[in-house]
Formats: sequence, structure tokens, C-alpha cells
Amino acid sequence: MAKAGQGARRGNGLGFSWYNPRVRSVIYQAAVLGIVIGLVWFFVATAQQNLERLNISSGFGFLDTTAGFGIIQTLIPYTEQSSYGRAFLVGLLNTLVVAVIGIALSTLLGFVVGVARLSRNWLLANLAAAYVEIMRNIPLLLHLFFWYFVVLRPLPGPMQSLEPVPGVFLSNRGLILPEPVFDASALAFLSALILAIIGSVFLVRWSRKRQLATGQLFPAWRVSAALIVFLPALVWAIGGAPFHLEFATRGSFDYAGGMRLLPEFVALTLGLTLYTAAFIAEIVRAGIQSVSRGQTEAAAALGLKESTTLRLVVIPQALRLIVPPLTSQILNLTKNSSLAVAIAYPDLVAVFAGTVLNQTGQAIEVISITMAVYLTLSLLTSLAMNWYNARIALRER
Amino acid sequence: MKNPLVALILGILIGVGGLYFMLPYEPATRGAREIQPEAAPVTEGAQRVAAGSTLQRVKRRGFLQCGVSQGLPGFSNPDDRGNWTGIDVDYCRALAAAIFDDPAKVRFRPLSAKDRFTALQSGEIDILSRNTTWTMSRDTQLGFDFVGVIYYDGQAFMVRKASGITSAVQLAGATICTQTGTTTELNVADFFRGRGLSYQVLSYEKNDEAISAYDQGRCDGYTTDASGLYAERLKMKNPDENIVLPEIISKEPLGPAVRQGDPQWADIARWTLNALVNAEELDITSKNIDEMLASENPLVRRLLGDEGAYGQAVGLEGDWVARIVRAVGNYGEIFERNVGAETPLGIKRGLNALWNDGGIMYAPPIR
Repeated sequence: MAKAGQGARRGNGLGFSWYNPRVRSVIYQAAVLGIVIGLVWFFVATAQQNLERLNISSGFGFLDTTAGFGIIQTLIPYTEQSSYGRAFLVGLLNTLVVAVIGIALSTLLGFVVGVARLSRNWLLANLAAAYVEIMRNIPLLLHLFFWYFVVLRPLPGPMQSLEPVPGVFLSNRGLILPEPVFDASALAFLSALILAIIGSVFLVRWSRKRQLATGQLFPAWRVSAALIVFLPALVWAIGGAPFHLEFATRGSFDYAGGMRLLPEFVALTLGLTLYTAAFIAEIVRAGIQSVSRGQTEAAAALGLKESTTLRLVVIPQALRLIVPPLTSQILNLTKNSSLAVAIAYPDLVAVFAGTVLNQTGQAIEVISITMAVYLTLSLLTSLAMNWYNARIALRER
Repeated sequence: MKNPLVALILGILIGVGGLYFMLPYEPATRGAREIQPEAAPVTEGAQRVAAGSTLQRVKRRGFLQCGVSQGLPGFSNPDDRGNWTGIDVDYCRALAAAIFDDPAKVRFRPLSAKDRFTALQSGEIDILSRNTTWTMSRDTQLGFDFVGVIYYDGQAFMVRKASGITSAVQLAGATICTQTGTTTELNVADFFRGRGLSYQVLSYEKNDEAISAYDQGRCDGYTTDASGLYAERLKMKNPDENIVLPEIISKEPLGPAVRQGDPQWADIARWTLNALVNAEELDITSKNIDEMLASENPLVRRLLGDEGAYGQAVGLEGDWVARIVRAVGNYGEIFERNVGAETPLGIKRGLNALWNDGGIMYAPPIR
């Protein structure tokens, strides 16, 4: 067929011809694609062949098999009778909880330190600089070891727990907090809270619109804060407390009940946060410094306060430069959370690519799933950050 | 529209076609391809290991690759000069003696519990002799053959004396440290689940990390095979402050494993183990081996290769057992030397005594 087409169309400049650069470029690209497909196919076929010959089970059926092992931190119900698939979800959620908390805290801390580094206050600026230089120049694994083995491990045993605040216990088994248990009036309280938040959003929008239209200022933020505090408080006062605290009680080995933050979790979150925050601080500093001095001066000439200048003039322009490298740091933090395995935190890698892999022996399946999960997480993060970046991008008129 | 499509198809054909000629063989015809022992390539690794070739590869390489633990006194433990000792180590030395008549022709590869199976599957090691429990799933799903039991073990708990615990059933609510990727992790779950007790398990990647976590009080108890507990206790700050609880909660037959698909190699591994036990049964030791070579007892003569051609049948020399015993001694000598009463471990023979001596160590006869 190709031959027929070749003969019929030769010479008209649009048909198939080796002398047509467009045709050649398509052929080259297709050849590369073909080689890639062929190589992947070759590897898959070879792996399958070897697995078959060595009598190693393959396939994803194992995900339904009973796991039979325990996990120390489970955010969803999990018992030893649960399946390997469930163990996978437990590990995934443990990874996600560390990643989300780490991202939130490190972004917050990074912004504070980054801004502080530009402060005119000598002490503050130098403290921030010292923080950045120390934290980002120590390998992450050592951060984790420091928090886990040096700080948290030597804490007293559970029976000699420190009790900094009544009901809060700190020992080498972790930090135990009282657990809030929701009561009947929780629903009313929660709806009041949500109502207050929605109301505040509308209030802020309305005041902004009014300011644009009439130039009049309305203390929207202060009124909103009051709304969010007092409306739920009113419901609390009328309907009674929405929850009560359940304190941990002494068991035979350790305190039972309450909310427990494992030392492994605390060490991992702290290490990731402090390490990544140093990088974010530098990104924030670079972003702010890239905003030209004329912008600040112009704002000052308009009579804006320094804080208002930062909030309305500098940060919005700096964000355009901050967000893309910030995305990389967020991705790094998520992927770095897999170092959890070094301090026995049961994350995805420890539970799934560790225990499950070893109990089932299905390395190829388990590792591919784990890789796919990290890839998906990273791509989703990038997607969200790119969307945000597009939203805050400079709109030239 | 039509032209790029034609070009695309052509390009893919060129690409795949080029690949077809570059690759050593066509992967799609798997299964149909004959396995040819003499065509076994020089490359290391499990890829294209043909039947019967493990022995050839080991001989050609000049030494045996033996997967052992990262340091478990009594079983496989390196000293400060890198000399390995232990039951599992001596078994590999016996295998090297049978093949090369030189127990030193072994290289030991320390493996974590997590990595050991992949190492054997991929052909990184020839034999896994790493206090590994023989279970059905490992035997059937991982592509291994366990060749026998070298040590009958069972899992137990260690706790601090100060806790006042004397029985494992008092461990309700405790946090237990263990190593990830072991049967231990599963047994401890079974034990507590079967009794409806609550517990928490903290699994560390390395055994030493689990031990130090327990030693520093992160856990109330530590669990592994009973033999391992006695061995690990020696590593602690104050060994005497810890006790091993009496309950044995599982069966842990520890034994060497080989890859499936090479019956000759499995036979060599299996009968090396059996020869060690049979030698003890016939009182052939590393000291009296030369006198025994002159023995008139037909059982001894067969074992030492004076009668029959048992070694030749598995691709070894006729005096393979004599080589083994001269190099490492019989099973009893190995046991006493590494974990017996005279060693710091001080483990009694117990289940591991010979069948005619109150234990269950029993080897099929060599005849």
C-alpha cells in the first residue's frame, strides 16, 4: 500500500518522498517511538519469561490475599485479616498525611524565614540566614536521625511520661494528646462554623466590590474574624459543648486511648519540614528581591503602609517567581517522605515496598505500583500548582 | 492525513525491525525455545540459567556465592577481621568442600531479611543459608526449593526483667519490636489475634535497629526465633536484665534454599545437609575421619565413597563426604562449635539432637 501511494504521489511536493523533510522527520520520530516500544516490550517479555521459568507467581491477585501482619499507625480501619490491598491503602495514607502536614508547615515556615531574612532587623535577618545555611546543608537523612535517635529516643519511658500540660503525655512512645469526642451538639456547632466561614467569604467579596466602586473601606477581615469566633461560640453557649476530651488512661505498659503521635511520625514530619523550609525560604527571598525597588517606592509614594505594600504590591508579583520552584520543593518533600523507612515509620515504602513485597515476593508488581503511586502524586501536585500559577500569573492588559 | 500515517507505520516497522535483529533472540517465542545446557552464556544472573548449570557456573567461577545474615551470632556472624562463623556459614563451607575440596572457596554475601529472596531469585547468590524459615508460600510462590532443615527453631519473646512479665500472655497492650520482612511479623500477629489481645508492632528494616529500639525502651518486647533471642541478647547493654519468655509461639524450621529449576544443584545442597547429619549418626568426626576411611562398616564405606558412586551421581567426586567432614566436621560438631553449651549462646541440642538421641534431626540414608 505504501508503495502504491509512493508511486502515485511522487513529485507533487505533498506526497510521500524521502526528500520531503517533514516526511523524514515523521519517520525518524516514529522509528524512535518504535524502538522505545520495542525495548519496553522486550523487557516485559523477558521478565515474564524468567518469572514463568523460575516458578515465581506473578499478577496482581495477591492484593486480595490476607495480609496477616500488623501496622502501628493506621488512619483507616485495618486488622491482620485485612488484605494486602488494604495494607497498601494504609501505607499510602500514612505517606499522604506526612506529605500534607509537611507541605503546609514547611511552606508556612519557609515564608516566615524568607521574609525575615530580608528584614531590616539585624538579629532577625541573621538568625534567618543561619537557619537557612544550617538546615539546607545537612543531609535530610541526618535530620531524621537527629530527631529520632538524638531527641525523641532518649525521652523517658511510658511509665515516667513527662506531663507538660495535664492530659498531655510525652514519652519515648510518642506524644499523647486528649482525644476530642464529638457529642450530640457537634452538628449544630459545625454548621455554625461553616455558615460563619461562608458568610465571611461573601463579606470580603462585598467589601472589595464596594471599595472598588466607592473607595470606602470596610473592616471586612476584622468583622469576619469576629463572625467566625462568635457565631460558633454562641452555638456552644446555647447548645452545650460540641465535644468532650477523652484523656489517655494508664494501661499495663503504656497510656491507652487518647490521640497518639508516634515518635517516628514526629521525627519524620519535623525533619522534612525544617529541611524543606530552608529551601522554600531561599525561594521566597529570591522572589521578593526580584520585585523591582521602584514598585516599593511607588507604593510608598502612594502612602501605603509597609505591611500593605508587602501584601498588595510585592507578594503578588513575587509569587509568580516563587510558585514554579516551590512546586519542585513540594514534590521533593513528598518523595523524600519515603526516607521514613530509615526510622520505621510505616509509610508506603516501608509497608508496601517493604513488608508486602517480602511476604509475597512479587517484586515487579509491588515496585511498579509504588512507582506509579509516587508518579501520580507528583503529577497531581504539579497539576494543582500549575493551575495556581496560571491563576496568579501576570495579566497584561 | 494519509502521508504521516504511512510514515508513522513505516517508522515503527523500521524501529521494531531494527530491534528484532539487534536483540539476541525473539522474546515472543518464549516457551518454544529449547533450554540448552551447553549454550549457557557466560553472563552472571538468573537470566538464561539452564538446568544443571548452577554447579558448572560455580565451578567456572571458582567459588560459591552464599547468602547469609548481616550478623547473627551462632548462625552467620563476621568477626572483626571479616571471618564468618556460624551454623549457616559452616553449611556453605561444607558445600564448598564438597565441590572444590576447599572450604575457603566461599564468598559470603550479607543480606537483610528483606533482600534475601530477591538476591536468590536474581541469581546474585547460589544458595541462601540465612536462618530462613521453610514455609509453604516461600517454597511454592517465590520459586525456591528448600533443601532441608538445619535447625529446628521456634519464635519467642524477650522482655525486660524489671517489667515483671513471666509469660507471653501478659503482653496484652505491649509494643513489640521486630524486623520487617520475616515470618516473625506474621507469627506475632497470629499469636495476639488468636488470643484476642491488643498489641502494637514496630517493624525495623534492620535487626540491629530493632534490637537497639528495644534496648532503649521504645518497645516493651522484642521477638524473633528463640535461638536469635539468645544471640541478640549478647549484643545488649546489660544482657542479664532481659529474659526470654518460655512460650514458643511458632514452628520455625530453618534451612537453606536454592532456586527452583535446577534439580542437580538442589540435590547437591540437600545431600550435603544429609551427609552432615548421617556423619554424626555414624560417629564420623573431623578428628577420626582418617581412621574411618579404613572402616569395614558398609554404612561408613558408602558414606565416605569407598563403595558405590553416590558423589558422582550428583556431579561431585566420590570422596565428597570425606571432604566435607574433614573441612567442617559433622552436624553435631558444627552445632557444638557455634551455638552449643561451650559457646556464649549455650543452646542445648533439644529438638536438634539426632532422632536416636531424643531429637528430631533425621537424615535419609545414603545408599
